[in-house]
Amino acid sequence: MNTHPMTRRTVLGAGVAGLAAASGLSQAQGQPIRIGSTLALTGPLSATAQVHKIVGEIYIEQVNKRGGWLGRPLEWVLKDDQSKPDLARTLYEQLVTVDKVDLLMGPYATGAILSAMGVAQRYNKVLVHHTFGIPSLAKYEMAFPAWSLGSDPANTVPNTLFDALAAGPRPPKTVAVVTSKFPSIQFMSAGAREVLKKRGLTEVLFLEWDFGNRDFGPIANRIKDARPDFVWVGAIGLDGNLLLDAMKKIDYVPPQHFYLYPAPAPLVSLPEAKNALSVTIFEEQPPFTNAPGAADFVKLYRERATAAKLPDPSVEVQAGASYTAWQILEAGVLATKSLDDKAIGTWLKANRVDTIQGKLRFDGVGNYGDDLMRIKQVQGGHWVVVWPKAFTHGGATLQAN
Amino acid sequence: MSGFTMPSATLLAQSVASGVFVGALYGLLGLGLSLSWGLLRLINLAHFAFAFLAAYLCYQMATMGMDPLLTLAVIVPLFFAIGAALHAAMMSFRITPFNSLLVTFGLTGIVEALIQSIWTADFRKLESSYGEHNYKVAGLYLPLPELITLGLAAGLSFAVWAVLRYTDLGKALRASAEDAPIAAAFGINQRRNALLLAGTCSALASVAGVCLALGFTLAPSQIYAWIGVVFAAVMLGGLGRALAPLIAGVLIGVSEAVTMAVTAPSWAPLVSFTLLIAILLLRPGRAT
Repeated sequence: MNTHPMTRRTVLGAGVAGLAAASGLSQAQGQPIRIGSTLALTGPLSATAQVHKIVGEIYIEQVNKRGGWLGRPLEWVLKDDQSKPDLARTLYEQLVTVDKVDLLMGPYATGAILSAMGVAQRYNKVLVHHTFGIPSLAKYEMAFPAWSLGSDPANTVPNTLFDALAAGPRPPKTVAVVTSKFPSIQFMSAGAREVLKKRGLTEVLFLEWDFGNRDFGPIANRIKDARPDFVWVGAIGLDGNLLLDAMKKIDYVPPQHFYLYPAPAPLVSLPEAKNALSVTIFEEQPPFTNAPGAADFVKLYRERATAAKLPDPSVEVQAGASYTAWQILEAGVLATKSLDDKAIGTWLKANRVDTIQGKLRFDGVGNYGDDLMRIKQVQGGHWVVVWPKAFTHGGATLQAN
Repeated sequence: MSGFTMPSATLLAQSVASGVFVGALYGLLGLGLSLSWGLLRLINLAHFAFAFLAAYLCYQMATMGMDPLLTLAVIVPLFFAIGAALHAAMMSFRITPFNSLLVTFGLTGIVEALIQSIWTADFRKLESSYGEHNYKVAGLYLPLPELITLGLAAGLSFAVWAVLRYTDLGKALRASAEDAPIAAAFGINQRRNALLLAGTCSALASVAGVCLALGFTLAPSQIYAWIGVVFAAVMLGGLGRALAPLIAGVLIGVSEAVTMAVTAPSWAPLVSFTLLIAILLLRPGRAT
């Protein structure tokens, strides 16, 4: 277990804040506000958790440059949960009872977030979390999501997707739904099945596999045999790559294909992923980068991610949600002018917060608000947003194979 | 869960082909494990970690411009040495078969951490010219990496079988596994033979690793995804046998693939492990 109090960075931040004060900006003074969290700095989730670490460091730096919160600098007490939800629970207990942090920030990923939520509830702490995929499981009233997938994503997200396809060059009539049984995926795929039926589309194939499935050959064979116009892949992590590899081996290219939560960098780099669709809340393109602070964040993140040798230094869902989480916590603290969790929680439930994703509200199921998921597509080796039209850039439109 | 579907002939044939290919990899991974377990009484879980380490080394050398198959010239001797050294350490500490399971499990964790620290937890995919070749025979797609895996699995299994059956070394190894004191009384150098066999088992793992790199996307955590099914192939085939893991692996691979062709893919492990239990119950002597 590692603890990383950001003392050096805080000092550095304070130094920069001092320079900023000379140029007219306020200076953070006094005891730092200590924000505690864990991240999967080691273990199988560490690759994605690195994204959250970089984003958190950038945000703390930026805040300290601006003079901190309530005139006090920020210090991030970050511990390594080793990708283990049970350890995350212990560490959050430690953050509250031993480290006595002022505020909490959520961990990555769903399992660890659930663990942290339990601890936060026990101690009545606000918990803003990054990418928790099952709103119905977020029962704690002072837990706030930074991933704007809405209160009923199993209905709204597939509808957004099928709207995009209906407006595309080849509206599908037949659909294959193939999906992992991973919890945050399975209910979304079940929702997609309901939505496509309501829209009068024909489901020609439905398959499920267990998380960690190795062999996608027979699944690819069955998709090819079913000849769908469109393939919904309830993919998480590497599933999409493995399925596309298997499709390539039997010389099959799906006419149109969608991957729910793929590992973004590996998928976009795969030639077979041409025109693959997915969902996003933030991409490095206007209008997302027009939000206040977004362009600066993208620039800084690219620099840091490149220096950290991340395979993909671009800002997308994970980094976007992570930055949003810090924005939500900041909004609560500054609006209430306090570190009182109850006051912050009450304010967040009653107000909207401006973030790089857009304006978020927290008054729905599990404190989820609007579904701000957009549809993106792999075009020319990059993700580009293709739906809704208001979020596209440079005339990008949905393409079919 | 989807119900039973009658597959088309093409789908069924392609699924059987997929099953044979993945089964060959099960067999190749299981070959060294079976020999180690049956003849050395060493349950070497690190076998899987070695395979993945070899896969990553192949990936690394290939990205530096080396032909993936030529990397075998470096990887096989390297892993032979690693396997022999590991076994020498095991012998010097007089590790029992059960304890070997624990020790090699720990070693697997160390190798996983090593892989993760060098190549990160991100997915890695070896892009090679082999992956671009895909043969079509009688309507069936036969990818070159899978054909290479099948060829290596069959060739190495037969080669090991022939060595065990027809050479003095093979007879000595089998005699030592059967009755070590009597074998020693006949002048068999058990230590040398054991080191030779342990090195060979690790070298076989490294060949399987190169095949993994050719056909699959790599991630450190996937080391564990292969353990259950390969153990099943080894148990099904019987310990210390050269051809049995390949035959059992293909049987499991085909049963899984056909299951996935006719019903939900999530049923595949259930079918293969039910098959394992049924066969072990019917032929209990095979598992000893």
